[in-house]
Formats: sequence, structure tokens, C-alpha cells
Amino acid sequence: MKAKDVLGRRGEDLAAGYLEEAGMLVVERNWRCSGGEIDIVALDGDALVIAEVKTRKSLDYGHPFEAVGPKKLARLHRLGAAWCRDHELRMPLRRIDVIAVVDDGGGNPVLEHLKGVG
Amino acid sequence: MSLGRTYSVALVGLNGYMVEVEADIGQSLPAFIILGLPDASLNEARERIRSAAKNSGIPLSRRKITANLIPASLPKRGSGFDLAVTMAALRAANDIRPTGRTVFIAELGLDGRLRPVRGILPAVMACVQAGYPRVVVAQANQAEASLVPGAQVTGYRTLARLALDFGADPQELALDFEPDDADADQAGAEASAPCPDMADVSGQGEARRALEVAAAGAHHLLLTGPPGAGKTMLAERLPGLLPDLEDHESMQVTAIHSLCGLPSPQVQLIRRPPFENPHHSATAAAIIGGGSGLPRPGAASRAHRGVLFLDEAPEYERRVLDALRQPLESGELVIHRSAGTAAYPARFQLVLAANPCPCGKASGKGLDCTCTPIMRRRYMARMSGPLLDRVDIQLQVDRVSLADFGQAGAEEGTAAVAGRVKAARLRQLDRLRPFGLDTNSQVSGRLLRGELRLKPPVTRILDHSLERGVLTARGYDRVLRLAWTLADLADRDLPDADHIGQALGLRQAAAVAA
Repeated sequence: MKAKDVLGRRGEDLAAGYLEEAGMLVVERNWRCSGGEIDIVALDGDALVIAEVKTRKSLDYGHPFEAVGPKKLARLHRLGAAWCRDHELRMPLRRIDVIAVVDDGGGNPVLEHLKGVG
Repeated sequence: MSLGRTYSVALVGLNGYMVEVEADIGQSLPAFIILGLPDASLNEARERIRSAAKNSGIPLSRRKITANLIPASLPKRGSGFDLAVTMAALRAANDIRPTGRTVFIAELGLDGRLRPVRGILPAVMACVQAGYPRVVVAQANQAEASLVPGAQVTGYRTLARLALDFGADPQELALDFEPDDADADQAGAEASAPCPDMADVSGQGEARRALEVAAAGAHHLLLTGPPGAGKTMLAERLPGLLPDLEDHESMQVTAIHSLCGLPSPQVQLIRRPPFENPHHSATAAAIIGGGSGLPRPGAASRAHRGVLFLDEAPEYERRVLDALRQPLESGELVIHRSAGTAAYPARFQLVLAANPCPCGKASGKGLDCTCTPIMRRRYMARMSGPLLDRVDIQLQVDRVSLADFGQAGAEEGTAAVAGRVKAARLRQLDRLRPFGLDTNSQVSGRLLRGELRLKPPVTRILDHSLERGVLTARGYDRVLRLAWTLADLADRDLPDADHIGQALGLRQAAAVAA
């Protein structure tokens, strides 16, 4: 595995743990289809949460949140719908969350969570 | 609370309106939105602000920042809002303490320096008028902003220094950044050139006299004559004869020039009447003001309280010349464009110069002239009747004779003439103040033939000319106006028959030319 993928994996693990701690139920991780990949699918009460995790080592090249643009959001919406179709579920309450992890490897990762963006 | 509030100013023409800037930080993906009819340069502010804040050590929030410029319906333009938006965003993130009623007007550089903007003088005037005397500007704008009485102006070089004074954390700030003020140094070069001296004009006694009369009574002036006679030379010397501007005029003139020019750190109040000398290819928009979006002042407004010199007047497009009729009448230009209406003052003294014909040789006997009579007529007719009607002095300037040319240095200098002009202006002011006027050129015909009526023996020649049809009623009034100025110059209380005769002479010179 490449270093960046290791970092990404670590960030996703952190994020999943965080969501569980926050009282959500992680349903599935790294779900893939032809349209792309969902990092984390979780349930927050009645709501289906499609979570995108962005991990960076430092802020030198911008904040992880800045890497989530309108295109990416649109894709996440499509993927959410695809996931529901695939699992034959009707989830009227569906939202996109973005989780930023800044982990410089010093054992003190900083995690930020934005709910219901775009 | 994630809301910040600051103040800035939007200029529409010379009028400034207070603009309230709100910034809100929302829990959403990073974005920066500016609301309230921003133009392109104001929308670019988002990128300038992000970089400037980051490089000053106080990065903006990594969330969605919404800046709202109130009133939302007023179109805002230019980069002067950069600072106000930044401070509002910083306040919303709680990086600085509330800024209260302080007004911020400056552009930001990517490195976090504050850059000057134009039109700072009218903007600060608006702040003081609206009751917001505390203003923060770029260092390079401080001198100009401080010209406004009652304003408490603070100039800063960098955003970091400013943020420090508003309580940002000094540990974080990039305080050791000191921009080298390249733009501050270069501006000194454009110090106003002194007005050329009357002593340089050899001979031309009649023209010199006419110039003095024009200066004394603020009369518009037409000079016709062959090329090389010294028309341009004479016109350039007129501003030197005019008295210094009054305080309120000076503010107005400086404000207009502040709006036109590039920002300069060494601005002083303009005390001398300006001189505008546009080329005859100028368009109507260049002369009276215009441009896309909100109209900007043109040469006529830049010549406010000074001299607008149109050399080779018949070469101008006719509609350009006719566009000047409105400001000649009202002293103001109101220009309408899609983004709004702007009113600029334009009370200038008009000086027209013209060759007598297209080839320029039709003066004197005109033996060398190659133009046909119809060509000559058409040439002069390009200056429309209604325009020339407003020009009190119409003078023919001939080539200087060898005898006069030889005695260079024997002529009277600007200072001596300006002294007489000043005295004459004071006389006019004393007489005309009750009527709300200050120069003879503004006196209406009704006033001339009413309260300022002269005794019949004095006006006999005039009445006679009118009867014979040599003089029109309007011409009659113009002669009277000139006669009053001549009397003022001679330090007399009333014009006598001699003054009327001289006035007639200043006018009739044109009758020959036209």
C-alpha cells in the first residue's frame, strides 16, 4: 500500500470510531460501485449518513474541507442514491457529512465533522 | 456569536453612502460568498482576503463565510471594501474584538499589506457627514483622508498591525512584515507644475487685456487667430490669473481629482484652479464624464472651478461641444448609466481657441488663405450658436508684430495681473452677494436691466446699436456684464460710457471673425 493510502485508511478508521462514539451506527465502509466509493455509510437515528473522510498530514496544501468541492458533493449524492437502490432501501432522510482528519503522525490527530453539507 | 459587523463606504459619483458589512460563519464546507451587488473587482476580494489573512497570521475560518453588504440594492464596486469585509469575517470568527462604528476603506494585497484606493476624500467626507468620524485607511491614503475636517483617520501599512490594535493574538500575527512602500515614493514626482507666466507673452496687448477681464469676471472666452499667434500660450496662462480656491471649492475639486487619479500618498488640497486641456479627438464621454457601469467624471468636471481649454474648438465633434451647454448653464453634470446616476459639479471657465479657417491663414487681409468663403463659414459654424451665445468675450488674436516680439521681458508678469483680478473679484463679491452670486459672468439679464440698471446716458451707444439691429438683446446683456467687470478692474463703483465702449470692443472683435 502506498503511504497516502495508509494515511487515508488510518483517517477512515479514526472517523468510523468517532461516529460510533457519537452514537451513530456504522453500516458499511468503503462501499464501491461503478460511480465511485463511499467511505462510510452510517445511521444517525432515522437518517442515513453518507460520510466522506478527508485526511491530510498537514495544512500546507490547504484544509481537508477545501478538497471537497461541488463536483464531489454531487457525486456523493448520486452514490447515496445508488447505495439505497443496491440495498433496496428507502431512506427519505439522507445527508452528506464530511469529516476532516489532520494527522501529522505525532499521535494527536485533529478531527472535524461537518453535518449535512450541500 | 458567529456574526461580525463593520462599516465602509460606497461611492456613487461624488456622493458616498455608508455600507454596513455583515459576515456570518456557517457550519458548512469552506466557501466565501459576497452578497449585495458586488462588481467583478469586489468579487475578486474573496481571494485577496483569504490570502491576505493567511499571510498576516490570522487565517479566515475554514467554514462557509457569507459577507453581506447593506443596503443590498446599492451597487458596490471596487476594491475598497476588502478591509471592511476582512474585519467583519475576523470578528465573526472572534479573532478580534468588535470594531464599533469604525469605518474601513482599503484594498488588501495578497501579502497582507493595505493598499490605497481612489476617491478616499469623498468617501471620508461621507463618513463624517453620516456621523462615523473614525476611519481606518491605508497608510498611503492617510494624508488625503486627513484633509477632511472632523475625521479621525488612522493609517495602517499591514493587516497584521491593524488586527493587533483590535485585539488579535500577537503570538499569531505576522508583525515583522513591513512592506517597502514603492508606491509611496514614486508619487512625489507628479508635483504640480507651476503655471506659466504672463511675462512670456510678447505684445498682444489686446489679448492680454481680454485675458485679464476674463479672469476678473469669470467670463468664457473665445480666441480666434492664425496658428502661431499665441492662443494656446495665452489660454495656458489664465489659471495663473485666477484667485485661490475657497475652502469648500478646494475640497470639491480635490474630491473630483481624487476620484479620477491614482491614489497618491502625498495629496494636498488643490488650492489652485485646475486647467484641463483635452485633445480635440475627445469623445463626449471623455469630456462630460461617462464610462460603463457607474459614470466617472470627465474633463469638464476635472476643470471644475478652473479652466476648460478647448484648443482647435471647431475640430471637436459638434455633439461634444453642445454637450457642454448644460454644465455652462447649471454648473453641474448629471450623467445616467445602467448602474446608476452620478452628478458631478462642473462650473468651469470655458476657453475656446480656433483658427479662422481650415487653412488657418484667413486673418488680416487673408491673402494667403486658400479656403473658399463657404469653407470658412462652415468651419466657424461648427461651434453652434447656442454655445457661442454663452461666451462673453470673443476675441481675434493676430500674429505678434516684430516690434513687439523684440522687447521680450518688458511685459507685465502674472503676479501683477492676478493682484488686480483679485481686487476686482472682491468688488464683485461685495456687490453680488445679496443676489447669491459671486462673479459678473453669472449675472442674469434681468438683474442687469433691473437692480443693476445703468443710467441711459451711459448705455447710449448700446441702446443705439440695439435699435439699429447691430446688437441682439442677448449681446446687449453680455456687453453690460463685461462693462461691469471692466469697472471692477478700474476700481469704479459703476461702469461709465468708456467701459461700455471697451466692452463693445471685446465683443465686436468676434463679429469680424465670425
